[in-house]
Amino acid sequence: MSLLITDAKVIDQNGERPVDVRVDGGLIAEVGPDLSANGQDRVIDASGCVLSPGFVDLHVHLREPGREDAETIETGSRAAALGGFTAVVAMPNTDPTQDCVEVVDFVRRQGERAGWCEVLPSGSLTVSREGKQLTPFAELADAGVRIFTDDGNGVQDPLLMRRAYEYASGLDVTLAQHCEVESLTAGAVMHEGECCSKLGLPGWPSLAEELMVHRDIELVRLTGARAHFLHLSTAGSVALVRAAKADGLRVTAEATPHHISLTDSMLVSYNALYKVNPPLRTPDDLAAVREGLADGTIDAIATDHAPHVPESKERPLDQAPPGMIGLETALGVALAHLEMPLADIIAAMSWKPAAIAGIADRHGRPIEPGEPANLTIFDPSIEWEVVPAQLVSKSHNTPYVGVPLLGRVRHTVFNGDPVVIDGKLEGK
Amino acid sequence: MSQPGQQQSAGSRGARSLLSIDELGAEGVFHILDLADHMAEVNRRPNPKVPALRGKTVCNVFFENSTRTRLSFETAAKRLSADTMTFSVAQSSLNKGESLRDTIETIAAMGVDAFVIRHGSSGVPWMVDDWTQASVINAGDGWHAHPTQALLDAYTVRTALKRTGGLEGLRIAMVGDVKHSRVARSTTAIFRLLGADVTLVAPRTLLPPMVDEPTTEDLDALIEDVDVLYLLRMQRERMNEAHVPSLREYTTRFGLTPQRAERLSPNALVMHPGPMNRGVEIAVDPAELPGAVITQQVANGIAVRMAVLFDLLGAGPGSAETLEGSSE
Repeated sequence: MSLLITDAKVIDQNGERPVDVRVDGGLIAEVGPDLSANGQDRVIDASGCVLSPGFVDLHVHLREPGREDAETIETGSRAAALGGFTAVVAMPNTDPTQDCVEVVDFVRRQGERAGWCEVLPSGSLTVSREGKQLTPFAELADAGVRIFTDDGNGVQDPLLMRRAYEYASGLDVTLAQHCEVESLTAGAVMHEGECCSKLGLPGWPSLAEELMVHRDIELVRLTGARAHFLHLSTAGSVALVRAAKADGLRVTAEATPHHISLTDSMLVSYNALYKVNPPLRTPDDLAAVREGLADGTIDAIATDHAPHVPESKERPLDQAPPGMIGLETALGVALAHLEMPLADIIAAMSWKPAAIAGIADRHGRPIEPGEPANLTIFDPSIEWEVVPAQLVSKSHNTPYVGVPLLGRVRHTVFNGDPVVIDGKLEGK
Repeated sequence: MSQPGQQQSAGSRGARSLLSIDELGAEGVFHILDLADHMAEVNRRPNPKVPALRGKTVCNVFFENSTRTRLSFETAAKRLSADTMTFSVAQSSLNKGESLRDTIETIAAMGVDAFVIRHGSSGVPWMVDDWTQASVINAGDGWHAHPTQALLDAYTVRTALKRTGGLEGLRIAMVGDVKHSRVARSTTAIFRLLGADVTLVAPRTLLPPMVDEPTTEDLDALIEDVDVLYLLRMQRERMNEAHVPSLREYTTRFGLTPQRAERLSPNALVMHPGPMNRGVEIAVDPAELPGAVITQQVANGIAVRMAVLFDLLGAGPGSAETLEGSSE
């Protein structure tokens, strides 16, 4: 497949420039002004659009194997492609858990079969995510795993976590922590504050996140390992990571689109679509997370795409599972809610997460000849709203229906193939 | 498309459901308290039964054990000649089988005019209200709200102190486990709505993370000045969760002991939503307290719940007549 993308405004780590881009054989073949069409399979008119390195999502739940009623790798990676993602990191809380080579190989192969984007399996930190025994990091690393996490659970035992960081420090892998001290969040449904007091719901205090962020920063200081903090949600966590980075520690962090756009007051509706973990927090926390993204304390925007079947979100708030889908709305939420230079938003969605995921050799690359053609073309000025029937994710648990979003992916190019054209999946 | 028993109800205020005191508002509260006076009069008749809700069906749906509230609603509905059904289920069995929504829609299909719903999870009555055209009465949801308890508490204070308007100027202490108490949330809300000054008396562990009301841990400092001492139920498991070191210490600091009872003003009311933990929050015999109105609370509960049912399901203009004739 060869492509010519014309009149695009390129934004990558080398800045912003208007160019045409020719793609051939999976690579960027030529970049320059006024390239002429000469027998391309396809010409994409990108006028008015931004052409950037493909987006990378560090945090998605594709539910396969185990909960194929909520999402499959096929449907989830379709949603990723529509959202402009050319690579996603699949969280390990599948059934069976991604804690051994067989399961991570299965996930990777299912991603390849689907072919909409690269699906990178993460490995669980502990066997069955039970927080007791480390998974075979080296075996899994040999199978291509770069991120280890028990996401959904934080690793509670400080000794086990110390050993994990020590062991990982000799391997080229990153440990990603879901920061939650569980004894402080037993039964918690929403942020501990004014709203939970009024609603009579058990609260999830900010402290439960911040204690573990602090613990893991100190473990990184002690061991020299790398840590990535998943879905930071509180002002205190952002401050801790900012200070750790100032100390030169090898820590990175991500924030979700929902933690920069929604607050705990949304729960007064008792609508479980707003139930996420960590929970939606206060306007002050939201502002601090945005500030963390703006100043680079938080490296990446990651969706925590968490599909759930409709029945489960019709349960009472304390019984409904946490999580919302996010792949198809990530860009629209980010552009609508962040007052940052566009290039910085793209950085947080592309080359910075690509580096954390250990795939910077093929994703988030500059738009230059010879580079792999994983590209996203989006219109930053389109205002749009989610139409549930048009979502391609198998589950529709999003609270953004009827909410104005800004900026929409028009085309996605994965390994040189246009997988999304004009906002629609290309038939294969 | 409407089916018998499923029309949207048009009660005397036009409201369909009673979910919280906040949503009821001051005007709604006064309306129901005034109606409850009529109902109390009905209850004093030799035959305390009127045809007001003849042909209406009220379904008590209790996902949490409750004897007194369920009996109170059942009695109230029967005195208004409504038909009643009761659906009790342990919450856990519902988790494994039929969904809450399917349960509600199944019962609604039988033709129900009102759901009286008690559930261990905050917010469930609002969800049910979205799923059905019938009236929904919140009979307690999680730690969140228990509006008919609040109404009967306000009614009890008003009648005991022979007030006709609000509760302006009254000093009320709510003592105990506010954090886990739907009664504390709703009753505090109604007392404040009616103009009383409410102070929450509890250790920090038994208060919600944030509260609007003044708080204190020093019951002894205010006990002589309160017009109403409202004791909340102290559950034994709170001790295991480190909310209090021991029930003995709780009683020492926050219980109504004989010493504290002696310091109460002779006109002060003592209230409790029941069931009481004798020897814990109340370490005196309430029968020996001149100001105790705990049994009146129970009796008033029937009149107030009759008022709520009539308010939501009564036939609108002219319906007052249905409160007059005897039904049999």
